Amino acid sequence: MSEYIHHDKERISVGLVSKKYFTFAEPPDEMVLESGSRLGPVVLAYETCGTLAPDRGNAVLVLHALSGDSHVAGCYSADDEKPGWWDCMVGPGKGIDTDKYFVICANVVGSCMGSTGPSSVNPATGRAYGLDFPVVTIGDMVAAQKALIDHLEIERLLCVVGGSIGGMQVLEWCVRYPEQVASAIPLATTMRHSALAIAFNEVARQSIMADPNWNNGDYYEGPKPALGLAVARMIGHITYLSDESMRLKFGRRLQDKSDFSFNFDADFQVESYLRYQGRKFVERFDANSFLYITKAADYFDLGKQHGQGSAVNALSKARARFLVISFTSDWLYPTYQAREIVKALKKNGRDVSFCEIEAEWGHDAFLIPGERLPMLIHGFLERVAHDRSP
Amino acid sequence: MTGHHSQMRYDLEIIASWIEPGSRVVDLGCGEGDLLQHLIARKGVQGTGIELNEEKVARCIEKGLSVLQGDISAEVHDYPDKRFDYVILSQTLQQVYQPDALIRAMLRIGHKGIVSFPNFSHWQIRLQLLLSGRAPVSRQLPYQWFDTPNIRVISLKDFRKFVQDAGLTILREAAINTHTEDRYGSIVAWFPNLRATYGIFMIGAEGGP
Repeated sequence: MSEYIHHDKERISVGLVSKKYFTFAEPPDEMVLESGSRLGPVVLAYETCGTLAPDRGNAVLVLHALSGDSHVAGCYSADDEKPGWWDCMVGPGKGIDTDKYFVICANVVGSCMGSTGPSSVNPATGRAYGLDFPVVTIGDMVAAQKALIDHLEIERLLCVVGGSIGGMQVLEWCVRYPEQVASAIPLATTMRHSALAIAFNEVARQSIMADPNWNNGDYYEGPKPALGLAVARMIGHITYLSDESMRLKFGRRLQDKSDFSFNFDADFQVESYLRYQGRKFVERFDANSFLYITKAADYFDLGKQHGQGSAVNALSKARARFLVISFTSDWLYPTYQAREIVKALKKNGRDVSFCEIEAEWGHDAFLIPGERLPMLIHGFLERVAHDRSP
Repeated sequence: MTGHHSQMRYDLEIIASWIEPGSRVVDLGCGEGDLLQHLIARKGVQGTGIELNEEKVARCIEKGLSVLQGDISAEVHDYPDKRFDYVILSQTLQQVYQPDALIRAMLRIGHKGIVSFPNFSHWQIRLQLLLSGRAPVSRQLPYQWFDTPNIRVISLKDFRKFVQDAGLTILREAAINTHTEDRYGSIVAWFPNLRATYGIFMIGAEGGP
Protein backbone atom coordinates (compact mmCIF):
# COMPACT_ATOMS: atom_id res chain seq x y z
CA MET A 1 0.00 0.00 0.00
CA SER A 2 1.24 3.47 -0.67
CA GLU A 3 1.11 6.58 1.35
CA TYR A 4 -2.02 8.61 0.91
CA ILE A 5 -2.09 10.43 4.12
CA HIS A 6 -4.52 13.28 3.98
CA HIS A 7 -5.99 15.32 6.71
CA ASP A 8 -9.72 15.19 6.69
CA LYS A 9 -11.23 18.02 4.67
CA GLU A 10 -13.08 19.29 7.69
CA ARG A 11 -10.22 18.36 9.97
CA ILE A 12 -12.38 15.93 11.88
CA SER A 13 -10.06 13.64 13.75
CA VAL A 14 -9.87 11.27 16.68
CA GLY A 15 -7.31 13.71 18.03
CA LEU A 16 -4.22 12.64 19.91
CA VAL A 17 -3.25 8.99 20.02
CA SER A 18 -0.23 7.19 21.35
CA LYS A 19 1.62 4.02 20.49
CA LYS A 20 1.47 1.29 23.10
CA TYR A 21 3.40 -1.95 23.40
CA PHE A 22 2.29 -5.42 24.43
CA THR A 23 4.93 -8.05 25.16
CA PHE A 24 4.15 -11.75 25.36
CA ALA A 25 5.61 -15.19 24.57
CA GLU A 26 8.47 -14.72 27.00
CA PRO A 27 10.86 -17.67 26.97
CA PRO A 28 10.41 -20.48 27.73
CA ASP A 29 6.81 -19.97 26.52
CA GLU A 30 7.73 -18.71 23.07
CA MET A 31 5.23 -18.46 20.28
CA VAL A 32 5.32 -21.59 18.09
CA LEU A 33 5.14 -20.41 14.50
CA GLU A 34 3.51 -22.18 11.57
CA SER A 35 6.98 -23.16 10.34
CA GLY A 36 7.64 -24.88 13.68
CA SER A 37 10.19 -22.27 14.76
CA ARG A 38 9.84 -20.56 18.11
CA LEU A 39 9.79 -16.80 18.62
CA GLY A 40 9.85 -14.91 21.88
CA PRO A 41 9.53 -12.55 23.48
CA VAL A 42 7.20 -10.91 20.98
CA VAL A 43 6.38 -7.22 21.14
CA LEU A 44 3.34 -5.81 19.35
CA ALA A 45 3.03 -2.06 18.84
CA TYR A 46 -0.62 -1.05 18.86
CA GLU A 47 -2.90 1.96 19.07
CA THR A 48 -6.50 2.36 20.04
CA CYS A 49 -9.07 5.08 19.54
CA GLY A 50 -12.62 5.46 20.76
CA THR A 51 -13.95 4.00 23.98
CA LEU A 52 -14.44 0.36 24.82
CA ALA A 53 -18.08 -0.21 25.79
CA PRO A 54 -18.77 -1.58 29.31
CA ASP A 55 -19.72 -4.96 27.77
CA ARG A 56 -16.52 -4.84 25.65
CA GLY A 57 -18.58 -5.59 22.57
CA ASN A 58 -17.80 -2.61 20.32
CA ALA A 59 -14.22 -3.41 19.34
CA VAL A 60 -13.18 -3.13 15.69
CA LEU A 61 -9.79 -4.55 14.77
CA VAL A 62 -8.16 -2.81 11.81
CA LEU A 63 -5.46 -4.78 10.01
CA HIS A 64 -2.85 -2.94 7.99
CA ALA A 65 -1.19 -3.84 4.71
CA LEU A 66 2.46 -4.41 3.75
CA SER A 67 4.03 -1.14 4.78
CA GLY A 68 1.43 0.08 7.26
CA ASP A 69 1.69 0.40 10.99
CA SER A 70 -0.37 0.72 14.14
CA HIS A 71 -0.93 4.42 13.50
CA VAL A 72 -4.35 4.09 11.90
CA ALA A 73 -5.82 7.50 12.75
CA GLY A 74 -5.26 10.70 14.68
CA CYS A 75 -1.97 12.41 15.44
CA TYR A 76 0.82 11.87 17.94
CA SER A 77 1.10 15.52 18.96
CA ALA A 78 -0.68 18.81 18.39
CA ASP A 79 1.84 19.94 15.76
CA ASP A 80 2.02 16.52 14.07
CA GLU A 81 1.32 17.19 10.38
CA LYS A 82 0.89 13.55 9.44
CA PRO A 83 -2.20 11.73 10.67
CA GLY A 84 -2.59 7.93 10.67
CA TRP A 85 -2.78 6.01 7.40
CA TRP A 86 -6.59 5.53 7.43
CA ASP A 87 -7.55 8.85 8.96
CA CYS A 88 -10.15 9.30 6.20
CA MET A 89 -11.98 6.18 7.43
CA VAL A 90 -11.47 6.10 11.19
CA GLY A 91 -12.72 8.98 13.32
CA PRO A 92 -15.79 10.63 14.82
CA GLY A 93 -18.73 10.25 12.41
CA LYS A 94 -16.55 8.56 9.79
CA GLY A 95 -16.95 5.14 8.13
CA ILE A 96 -15.60 3.50 11.27
CA ASP A 97 -17.11 5.86 13.79
CA THR A 98 -14.92 6.26 16.87
CA ASP A 99 -17.88 7.79 18.73
CA LYS A 100 -19.41 4.31 18.59
CA TYR A 101 -16.61 1.83 18.17
CA PHE A 102 -13.37 1.07 19.94
CA VAL A 103 -10.76 0.77 17.19
CA ILE A 104 -7.60 -1.28 17.63
CA CYS A 105 -4.73 -1.46 15.17
CA ALA A 106 -1.53 -3.42 15.76
CA ASN A 107 1.66 -3.54 13.74
CA VAL A 108 2.19 -7.06 12.35
CA VAL A 109 4.89 -9.42 13.56
CA GLY A 110 7.79 -9.24 11.12
CA SER A 111 7.35 -5.53 10.47
CA CYS A 112 9.63 -2.74 11.67
CA MET A 113 7.19 -0.19 13.03
CA GLY A 114 7.46 -1.14 16.70
CA SER A 115 6.59 -4.85 16.63
CA THR A 116 9.13 -7.66 16.74
CA GLY A 117 10.72 -8.23 13.34
CA PRO A 118 14.05 -8.88 11.65
CA SER A 119 15.38 -5.47 12.73
CA SER A 120 14.62 -6.20 16.42
CA VAL A 121 17.36 -7.33 18.77
CA ASN A 122 17.67 -11.09 19.00
CA PRO A 123 17.92 -11.82 22.75
CA ALA A 124 20.12 -14.83 21.97
CA THR A 125 22.86 -12.76 20.31
CA GLY A 126 22.28 -9.19 21.44
CA ARG A 127 22.32 -8.14 17.75
CA ALA A 128 19.53 -7.56 15.24
CA TYR A 129 17.93 -10.79 14.05
CA GLY A 130 18.49 -10.22 10.35
CA LEU A 131 17.87 -13.50 8.54
CA ASP A 132 17.91 -15.39 11.86
CA PHE A 133 14.37 -14.07 12.27
CA PRO A 134 12.05 -16.99 11.51
CA VAL A 135 9.79 -16.78 8.48
CA VAL A 136 6.37 -15.71 9.70
CA THR A 137 3.02 -16.33 8.01
CA ILE A 138 -0.26 -14.45 7.85
CA GLY A 139 -1.46 -17.06 10.37
CA ASP A 140 1.39 -16.15 12.74
CA MET A 141 0.54 -12.45 12.43
CA VAL A 142 -3.06 -13.24 13.34
CA ALA A 143 -2.06 -15.52 16.23
CA ALA A 144 -0.04 -12.63 17.67
CA GLN A 145 -2.99 -10.24 17.27
CA LYS A 146 -5.18 -12.80 19.03
CA ALA A 147 -2.80 -12.67 22.03
CA LEU A 148 -3.25 -8.89 22.10
CA ILE A 149 -7.06 -9.10 21.85
CA ASP A 150 -7.12 -11.63 24.70
CA HIS A 151 -4.85 -9.34 26.71
CA LEU A 152 -7.33 -6.50 26.14
CA GLU A 153 -10.01 -8.90 27.45
CA ILE A 154 -12.13 -8.63 24.34
CA GLU A 155 -14.09 -11.83 23.97
CA ARG A 156 -15.56 -11.10 20.58
CA LEU A 157 -14.59 -8.51 17.99
CA LEU A 158 -17.51 -6.66 16.47
CA CYS A 159 -15.56 -6.47 13.23
CA VAL A 160 -12.21 -7.20 11.68
CA VAL A 161 -11.43 -5.01 8.69
CA GLY A 162 -8.45 -4.56 6.41
CA GLY A 163 -7.29 -4.19 2.83
CA SER A 164 -4.73 -6.07 0.77
CA ILE A 165 -2.46 -8.08 3.11
CA GLY A 166 -4.69 -6.72 5.89
CA GLY A 167 -7.60 -8.38 4.09
CA MET A 168 -5.75 -11.71 4.14
CA GLN A 169 -5.48 -11.32 7.91
CA VAL A 170 -9.23 -10.62 8.05
CA LEU A 171 -9.94 -13.94 6.30
CA GLU A 172 -7.43 -15.76 8.50
CA TRP A 173 -9.09 -14.36 11.65
CA CYS A 174 -12.49 -15.63 10.46
CA VAL A 175 -11.37 -19.24 10.05
CA ARG A 176 -8.76 -19.41 12.81
CA TYR A 177 -10.85 -17.84 15.59
CA PRO A 178 -14.42 -18.00 14.24
CA GLU A 179 -16.14 -17.54 17.58
CA GLN A 180 -14.24 -14.34 18.20
CA VAL A 181 -15.33 -12.51 15.04
CA ALA A 182 -18.88 -11.15 14.63
CA SER A 183 -18.27 -9.55 11.25
CA ALA A 184 -15.55 -9.13 8.67
CA ILE A 185 -14.70 -6.69 5.90
CA PRO A 186 -12.00 -7.99 3.54
CA LEU A 187 -11.11 -5.18 1.12
CA ALA A 188 -9.15 -5.37 -2.15
CA THR A 189 -7.80 -8.76 -1.20
CA THR A 190 -7.52 -12.41 -2.16
CA MET A 191 -7.58 -15.89 -0.65
CA ARG A 192 -4.23 -16.56 -2.32
CA HIS A 193 -1.76 -14.75 -4.50
CA SER A 194 -1.88 -15.22 -8.23
CA ALA A 195 1.35 -15.99 -10.10
CA LEU A 196 1.30 -12.33 -11.16
CA ALA A 197 1.29 -11.09 -7.56
CA ILE A 198 4.04 -13.55 -6.55
CA ALA A 199 6.07 -12.49 -9.58
CA PHE A 200 5.99 -8.82 -8.63
CA ASN A 201 6.94 -9.64 -5.06
CA GLU A 202 9.81 -11.81 -6.21
CA VAL A 203 11.21 -9.09 -8.46
CA ALA A 204 10.99 -6.68 -5.54
CA ARG A 205 12.78 -9.11 -3.23
CA GLN A 206 15.46 -9.79 -5.83
CA SER A 207 16.07 -6.08 -6.06
CA ILE A 208 16.76 -5.92 -2.31
CA MET A 209 18.89 -9.04 -2.27
CA ALA A 210 20.92 -7.84 -5.28
CA ASP A 211 21.97 -4.71 -3.38
CA PRO A 212 25.53 -5.38 -2.11
CA ASN A 213 24.65 -3.55 1.11
CA TRP A 214 22.01 -6.15 1.86
CA ASN A 215 24.82 -8.52 2.94
CA ASN A 216 22.56 -11.52 3.48
CA GLY A 217 20.31 -9.47 5.69
CA ASP A 218 23.12 -8.47 8.04
CA TYR A 219 23.35 -4.72 7.50
CA TYR A 220 22.10 -3.15 10.71
CA GLU A 221 25.56 -1.99 11.75
CA GLY A 222 26.49 -0.61 8.34
CA PRO A 223 24.94 1.02 5.25
CA LYS A 224 21.38 -0.09 4.44
CA PRO A 225 20.40 -1.69 1.11
CA ALA A 226 18.67 1.58 0.27
CA LEU A 227 18.84 1.29 -3.52
CA GLY A 228 17.44 -2.22 -3.53
CA LEU A 229 14.61 -1.29 -1.20
CA ALA A 230 13.82 1.84 -3.22
CA VAL A 231 13.51 -0.17 -6.44
CA ALA A 232 11.39 -2.77 -4.61
CA ARG A 233 9.07 0.02 -3.55
CA MET A 234 8.94 1.40 -7.10
CA ILE A 235 7.82 -2.01 -8.36
CA GLY A 236 5.21 -2.16 -5.61
CA HIS A 237 3.89 1.25 -6.55
CA ILE A 238 3.31 0.21 -10.14
CA THR A 239 1.12 -2.65 -8.92
CA TYR A 240 -0.83 -0.37 -6.55
CA LEU A 241 -1.83 1.99 -9.35
CA SER A 242 -3.48 1.11 -12.64
CA ASP A 243 -3.07 1.88 -16.31
CA GLU A 244 -5.89 4.38 -16.00
CA SER A 245 -4.70 6.09 -12.83
CA MET A 246 -1.17 6.43 -14.22
CA ARG A 247 -2.52 7.86 -17.45
CA LEU A 248 -4.56 10.41 -15.52
CA LYS A 249 -1.90 11.22 -12.96
CA PHE A 250 1.17 11.34 -15.20
CA GLY A 251 0.45 10.53 -18.83
CA ARG A 252 3.68 11.18 -20.72
CA ARG A 253 4.25 14.52 -19.07
CA LEU A 254 7.86 15.52 -18.46
CA GLN A 255 9.21 16.54 -15.08
CA ASP A 256 10.46 20.16 -14.87
CA LYS A 257 11.60 20.21 -18.49
CA SER A 258 10.19 20.84 -21.92
CA ASP A 259 12.20 18.27 -23.84
CA PHE A 260 14.03 15.00 -23.31
CA SER A 261 17.36 15.22 -21.54
CA PHE A 262 18.93 12.55 -23.75
CA ASN A 263 20.48 10.93 -20.73
CA PHE A 264 19.15 8.67 -17.97
CA ASP A 265 17.84 11.28 -15.57
CA ALA A 266 14.18 11.17 -14.68
CA ASP A 267 12.56 12.72 -17.74
CA PHE A 268 8.99 11.64 -17.23
CA GLN A 269 6.86 12.59 -14.26
CA VAL A 270 6.11 8.95 -13.61
CA GLU A 271 9.85 8.25 -13.26
CA SER A 272 10.31 11.13 -10.90
CA TYR A 273 7.29 10.04 -8.85
CA LEU A 274 8.55 6.47 -8.50
CA ARG A 275 12.05 7.62 -7.53
CA TYR A 276 10.55 9.92 -4.90
CA GLN A 277 8.34 7.15 -3.50
CA GLY A 278 11.35 4.82 -3.39
CA ARG A 279 13.54 7.35 -1.53
CA LYS A 280 10.81 8.23 0.93
CA PHE A 281 10.13 4.58 1.72
CA VAL A 282 13.78 3.84 2.51
CA GLU A 283 13.70 6.40 5.31
CA ARG A 284 11.00 4.58 7.20
CA PHE A 285 11.00 0.92 6.25
CA ASP A 286 13.34 -2.00 6.80
CA ALA A 287 14.39 -4.03 3.77
CA ASN A 288 14.32 -7.35 5.63
CA SER A 289 10.80 -6.65 6.86
CA PHE A 290 9.82 -6.12 3.24
CA LEU A 291 11.23 -9.57 2.41
CA TYR A 292 9.45 -11.29 5.32
CA ILE A 293 6.05 -9.68 4.85
CA THR A 294 5.93 -10.19 1.08
CA LYS A 295 6.90 -13.82 1.63
CA ALA A 296 4.08 -14.22 4.16
CA ALA A 297 1.66 -12.81 1.59
CA ASP A 298 2.94 -15.17 -1.12
CA TYR A 299 2.61 -18.20 1.18
CA PHE A 300 -0.94 -17.27 2.19
CA ASP A 301 -3.47 -19.75 0.79
CA LEU A 302 -6.63 -19.93 2.85
CA GLY A 303 -7.93 -23.09 1.19
CA LYS A 304 -4.64 -24.94 1.45
CA GLN A 305 -3.96 -23.98 5.06
CA HIS A 306 -7.45 -24.41 6.45
CA GLY A 307 -9.52 -26.47 4.02
CA GLN A 308 -7.43 -29.32 2.54
CA GLY A 309 -7.08 -27.30 -0.62
CA SER A 310 -10.65 -26.04 -0.73
CA ALA A 311 -11.60 -22.45 0.00
CA VAL A 312 -15.19 -23.58 0.55
CA ASN A 313 -14.00 -25.99 3.24
CA ALA A 314 -11.81 -23.35 4.82
CA LEU A 315 -14.59 -20.79 5.01
CA SER A 316 -17.04 -23.36 6.39
CA LYS A 317 -15.38 -22.63 9.72
CA ALA A 318 -16.26 -18.92 9.58
CA ARG A 319 -19.15 -17.62 11.69
CA ALA A 320 -18.91 -13.95 10.78
CA ARG A 321 -21.12 -11.83 8.61
CA PHE A 322 -19.16 -10.53 5.61
CA LEU A 323 -18.85 -7.41 3.52
CA VAL A 324 -16.46 -8.09 0.62
CA ILE A 325 -15.26 -5.15 -1.46
CA SER A 326 -13.21 -4.99 -4.66
CA PHE A 327 -12.26 -2.12 -6.94
CA THR A 328 -12.71 -2.10 -10.71
CA SER A 329 -9.16 -0.97 -11.53
CA ASP A 330 -7.32 -3.19 -9.02
CA TRP A 331 -5.09 -5.39 -11.15
CA LEU A 332 -3.12 -6.80 -8.21
CA TYR A 333 -6.19 -8.46 -6.67
CA PRO A 334 -8.79 -8.21 -9.44
CA THR A 335 -12.51 -8.55 -8.79
CA TYR A 336 -12.61 -12.19 -9.85
CA GLN A 337 -10.55 -12.99 -6.76
CA ALA A 338 -13.02 -11.18 -4.49
CA ARG A 339 -15.84 -13.08 -6.23
CA GLU A 340 -14.12 -16.35 -5.31
CA ILE A 341 -14.38 -15.33 -1.66
CA VAL A 342 -18.04 -14.42 -2.13
CA LYS A 343 -18.73 -17.69 -3.92
CA ALA A 344 -17.14 -19.79 -1.16
CA LEU A 345 -19.12 -17.87 1.47
CA LYS A 346 -22.38 -18.35 -0.42
CA LYS A 347 -21.75 -22.07 -0.75
CA ASN A 348 -21.43 -22.14 3.02
CA GLY A 349 -24.66 -20.23 3.45
CA ARG A 350 -22.88 -17.32 5.14
CA ASP A 351 -24.41 -13.86 5.20
CA VAL A 352 -22.36 -11.94 2.64
CA SER A 353 -22.59 -8.58 0.94
CA PHE A 354 -20.38 -7.69 -1.98
CA CYS A 355 -19.76 -4.52 -3.93
CA GLU A 356 -17.30 -3.85 -6.72
CA ILE A 357 -16.59 -0.15 -6.38
CA GLU A 358 -16.01 1.78 -9.57
CA ALA A 359 -12.61 3.37 -8.98
CA GLU A 360 -9.77 4.48 -11.18
CA TRP A 361 -7.10 4.38 -8.49
CA GLY A 362 -6.18 0.71 -8.73
CA HIS A 363 -5.36 -1.45 -5.76
CA ASP A 364 -4.78 1.54 -3.52
CA ALA A 365 -8.34 2.80 -3.93
CA PHE A 366 -9.27 1.63 -0.43
CA LEU A 367 -6.84 4.12 1.09
CA ILE A 368 -8.04 7.13 -0.84
CA PRO A 369 -10.70 9.40 0.62
CA GLY A 370 -14.04 8.95 -1.10
CA GLU A 371 -17.72 8.73 -0.33
CA ARG A 372 -18.66 5.22 -1.24
CA LEU A 373 -16.43 3.02 0.90
CA PRO A 374 -17.04 4.85 4.22
CA MET A 375 -20.80 4.78 3.59
CA LEU A 376 -20.76 1.04 2.91
CA ILE A 377 -18.65 0.26 5.96
CA HIS A 378 -20.77 2.56 8.09
CA GLY A 379 -24.05 0.91 7.04
CA PHE A 380 -22.63 -2.58 7.48
CA LEU A 381 -21.26 -1.85 10.96
CA GLU A 382 -24.53 -0.23 12.03
CA ARG A 383 -26.42 -3.40 11.23
CA VAL A 384 -23.89 -5.64 12.94
CA ALA A 385 -23.94 -3.44 16.04
CA HIS A 386 -27.74 -3.24 15.96
CA ASP A 387 -28.16 -7.00 15.74
CA ARG A 388 -25.73 -7.49 18.60
CA SER A 389 -27.70 -5.34 21.01
CA PRO A 390 -31.15 -6.66 21.96
CA MET B 1 -41.61 1.76 9.92
CA THR B 2 -45.24 2.62 9.27
CA GLY B 3 -44.14 5.42 6.97
CA HIS B 4 -41.98 3.04 5.03
CA HIS B 5 -44.79 0.51 4.90
CA SER B 6 -47.17 2.92 3.28
CA GLN B 7 -44.61 3.88 0.67
CA MET B 8 -44.13 0.44 -0.81
CA ARG B 9 -45.42 -0.42 -4.25
CA TYR B 10 -48.71 -2.29 -4.41
CA ASP B 11 -47.22 -5.31 -6.20
CA LEU B 12 -44.53 -5.59 -3.52
CA GLU B 13 -47.22 -5.40 -0.85
CA ILE B 14 -48.90 -8.45 -2.38
CA ILE B 15 -45.61 -10.35 -2.46
CA ALA B 16 -44.90 -9.38 1.14
CA SER B 17 -48.33 -10.61 2.20
CA TRP B 18 -47.47 -14.08 0.86
CA ILE B 19 -44.32 -14.48 2.90
CA GLU B 20 -44.34 -16.29 6.22
CA PRO B 21 -42.79 -14.36 9.11
CA GLY B 22 -39.27 -15.40 10.04
CA SER B 23 -38.55 -17.14 6.73
CA ARG B 24 -35.39 -16.97 4.65
CA VAL B 25 -35.72 -14.89 1.52
CA VAL B 26 -33.54 -13.93 -1.43
CA ASP B 27 -34.65 -11.14 -3.75
CA LEU B 28 -33.15 -11.47 -7.24
CA GLY B 29 -32.76 -8.02 -8.77
CA CYS B 30 -33.55 -6.31 -5.48
CA GLY B 31 -32.99 -2.73 -6.68
CA GLU B 32 -32.54 -0.39 -3.74
CA GLY B 33 -33.88 -3.00 -1.35
CA ASP B 34 -37.37 -1.65 -0.60
CA LEU B 35 -38.99 -5.08 -0.46
CA LEU B 36 -36.14 -6.60 1.55
CA GLN B 37 -36.21 -3.77 4.06
CA HIS B 38 -39.95 -4.14 4.41
CA LEU B 39 -39.76 -7.91 4.88
CA ILE B 40 -37.03 -7.62 7.49
CA ALA B 41 -38.84 -4.87 9.41
CA ARG B 42 -42.37 -6.27 9.20
CA LYS B 43 -41.91 -10.00 8.86
CA GLY B 44 -38.63 -10.55 10.62
CA VAL B 45 -37.26 -12.47 7.63
CA GLN B 46 -33.61 -13.28 7.04
CA GLY B 47 -33.25 -11.46 3.76
CA THR B 48 -30.56 -11.11 1.18
CA GLY B 49 -30.52 -9.65 -2.31
CA ILE B 50 -28.67 -9.69 -5.60
CA GLU B 51 -28.42 -6.60 -7.77
CA LEU B 52 -26.29 -5.76 -10.80
CA ASN B 53 -26.13 -1.99 -10.48
CA GLU B 54 -23.28 -0.76 -8.23
CA GLU B 55 -25.14 2.38 -7.17
CA LYS B 56 -28.19 0.39 -6.06
CA VAL B 57 -26.06 -2.24 -4.32
CA ALA B 58 -24.30 0.53 -2.42
CA ARG B 59 -27.66 2.06 -1.36
CA CYS B 60 -28.72 -1.35 -0.02
CA ILE B 61 -25.53 -1.97 1.95
CA GLU B 62 -25.63 1.56 3.35
CA LYS B 63 -29.12 0.76 4.67
CA GLY B 64 -27.68 -2.29 6.38
CA LEU B 65 -29.07 -4.85 3.96
CA SER B 66 -27.16 -7.94 2.95
CA VAL B 67 -26.85 -7.58 -0.81
CA LEU B 68 -24.32 -8.68 -3.34
CA GLN B 69 -23.46 -7.22 -6.68
CA GLY B 70 -23.73 -9.54 -9.63
CA ASP B 71 -25.77 -11.00 -12.45
CA ILE B 72 -28.70 -12.98 -11.03
CA SER B 73 -28.44 -15.73 -13.65
CA ALA B 74 -24.86 -16.44 -12.53
CA GLU B 75 -25.09 -15.63 -8.82
CA VAL B 76 -28.10 -17.87 -8.24
CA HIS B 77 -25.97 -20.97 -8.77
CA ASP B 78 -23.63 -20.71 -5.79
CA TYR B 79 -26.17 -21.25 -3.02
CA PRO B 80 -26.72 -24.64 -1.42
CA ASP B 81 -29.96 -26.53 -2.20
CA LYS B 82 -33.03 -25.17 -0.42
CA ARG B 83 -31.05 -22.40 1.25
CA PHE B 84 -34.13 -20.16 1.14
CA ASP B 85 -37.82 -20.48 1.82
CA TYR B 86 -38.68 -17.96 -0.89
CA VAL B 87 -36.78 -16.85 -3.97
CA ILE B 88 -38.27 -13.66 -5.38
CA LEU B 89 -37.96 -12.49 -8.97
CA SER B 90 -39.93 -9.28 -9.07
CA GLN B 91 -40.45 -7.43 -12.36
CA THR B 92 -37.31 -8.93 -13.85
CA LEU B 93 -38.40 -12.07 -15.74
CA GLN B 94 -38.98 -10.04 -18.92
CA GLN B 95 -35.29 -9.10 -18.89
CA VAL B 96 -33.80 -12.56 -18.31
CA TYR B 97 -31.94 -14.35 -21.13
CA GLN B 98 -32.67 -17.88 -19.98
CA PRO B 99 -35.85 -17.79 -17.91
CA ASP B 100 -36.19 -21.57 -17.88
CA ALA B 101 -32.73 -22.13 -16.36
CA LEU B 102 -33.23 -19.29 -13.89
CA ILE B 103 -36.59 -20.55 -12.65
CA ARG B 104 -35.20 -24.06 -12.20
CA ALA B 105 -32.24 -22.63 -10.28
CA MET B 106 -34.66 -20.62 -8.13
CA LEU B 107 -36.49 -23.77 -7.15
CA ARG B 108 -33.23 -25.55 -6.44
CA ILE B 109 -32.00 -22.93 -3.95
CA GLY B 110 -35.45 -22.22 -2.52
CA HIS B 111 -38.61 -24.08 -1.56
CA LYS B 112 -40.85 -21.60 -3.35
CA GLY B 113 -40.39 -19.07 -6.09
CA ILE B 114 -42.30 -15.83 -6.44
CA VAL B 115 -42.29 -14.36 -9.93
CA SER B 116 -43.97 -11.16 -11.07
CA PHE B 117 -44.03 -9.49 -14.48
CA PRO B 118 -46.03 -7.00 -16.53
CA ASN B 119 -48.87 -8.66 -18.43
CA PHE B 120 -48.37 -8.14 -22.15
CA SER B 121 -51.87 -9.23 -23.07
CA HIS B 122 -53.59 -6.37 -21.24
CA TRP B 123 -56.39 -5.02 -23.43
CA GLN B 124 -54.74 -1.62 -23.83
CA ILE B 125 -51.61 -3.22 -25.23
CA ARG B 126 -53.66 -5.41 -27.56
CA LEU B 127 -55.60 -2.40 -28.73
CA GLN B 128 -52.51 -0.29 -29.24
CA LEU B 129 -50.92 -2.88 -31.48
CA LEU B 130 -54.16 -3.47 -33.34
CA LEU B 131 -54.97 0.19 -33.96
CA SER B 132 -51.58 1.85 -34.31
CA GLY B 133 -49.64 -1.05 -35.79
CA ARG B 134 -46.64 -0.12 -33.65
CA ALA B 135 -44.86 -1.89 -30.81
CA PRO B 136 -46.91 -1.09 -27.71
CA VAL B 137 -45.62 1.32 -25.09
CA SER B 138 -47.47 1.33 -21.78
CA ARG B 139 -46.96 2.63 -18.26
CA GLN B 140 -45.84 -0.83 -17.24
CA LEU B 141 -43.57 -1.24 -20.26
CA PRO B 142 -42.62 2.37 -20.99
CA TYR B 143 -39.74 1.76 -23.40
CA GLN B 144 -39.41 2.01 -27.15
CA TRP B 145 -38.34 -1.09 -29.06
CA PHE B 146 -34.79 0.29 -29.42
CA ASP B 147 -34.08 1.21 -25.80
CA THR B 148 -35.97 -1.39 -23.83
CA PRO B 149 -34.20 -3.64 -21.33
CA ASN B 150 -37.18 -5.98 -21.67
CA ILE B 151 -36.21 -8.65 -24.11
CA ARG B 152 -39.39 -10.74 -23.79
CA VAL B 153 -43.09 -10.22 -23.69
CA ILE B 154 -45.11 -12.44 -21.36
CA SER B 155 -48.79 -12.83 -20.69
CA LEU B 156 -50.41 -14.45 -17.69
CA LYS B 157 -51.59 -17.31 -19.92
CA ASP B 158 -48.09 -17.78 -21.34
CA PHE B 159 -46.60 -18.05 -17.90
CA ARG B 160 -49.18 -20.56 -16.68
CA LYS B 161 -48.47 -22.73 -19.71
CA PHE B 162 -44.73 -22.38 -19.19
CA VAL B 163 -45.03 -23.54 -15.59
CA GLN B 164 -47.20 -26.49 -16.61
CA ASP B 165 -44.88 -27.53 -19.45
CA ALA B 166 -41.89 -27.30 -17.12
CA GLY B 167 -43.59 -29.72 -14.73
CA LEU B 168 -43.78 -27.15 -11.97
CA THR B 169 -46.73 -26.14 -9.83
CA ILE B 170 -48.46 -22.81 -9.37
CA LEU B 171 -49.14 -22.54 -5.66
CA ARG B 172 -50.72 -19.15 -5.68
CA GLU B 173 -51.37 -16.35 -8.12
CA ALA B 174 -52.63 -12.81 -8.20
CA ALA B 175 -53.56 -10.73 -11.19
CA ILE B 176 -53.40 -7.09 -10.21
CA ASN B 177 -54.21 -3.75 -11.67
CA THR B 178 -51.66 -1.14 -10.67
CA HIS B 179 -49.18 1.16 -12.29
CA THR B 180 -45.41 1.11 -11.98
CA GLU B 181 -44.28 2.75 -8.74
CA ASP B 182 -47.90 2.96 -7.58
CA ARG B 183 -48.80 2.34 -3.98
CA TYR B 184 -52.40 1.53 -4.84
CA GLY B 185 -53.96 -1.16 -6.92
CA SER B 186 -56.56 -3.88 -6.96
CA ILE B 187 -56.89 -7.59 -7.51
CA VAL B 188 -58.40 -8.51 -10.87
CA ALA B 189 -60.75 -11.45 -10.55
CA TRP B 190 -62.55 -11.38 -13.91
CA PHE B 191 -60.68 -11.87 -17.21
CA PRO B 192 -57.31 -11.27 -15.62
CA ASN B 193 -55.31 -12.00 -18.78
CA LEU B 194 -57.17 -9.15 -20.43
CA ARG B 195 -57.53 -6.75 -17.52
CA ALA B 196 -54.53 -7.16 -15.21
CA THR B 197 -51.42 -5.03 -15.68
CA TYR B 198 -49.26 -7.41 -13.63
CA GLY B 199 -49.20 -11.05 -12.70
CA ILE B 200 -47.67 -12.44 -9.54
CA PHE B 201 -47.15 -16.19 -9.18
CA MET B 202 -45.90 -18.39 -6.40
CA ILE B 203 -44.45 -21.55 -7.86
CA GLY B 204 -43.05 -24.77 -6.47
CA ALA B 205 -41.33 -27.85 -7.79
CA GLU B 206 -43.41 -30.73 -9.15
CA GLY B 207 -45.75 -32.21 -6.61
CA GLY B 208 -46.10 -29.00 -4.66
CA PRO B 209 -43.88 -27.53 -1.97
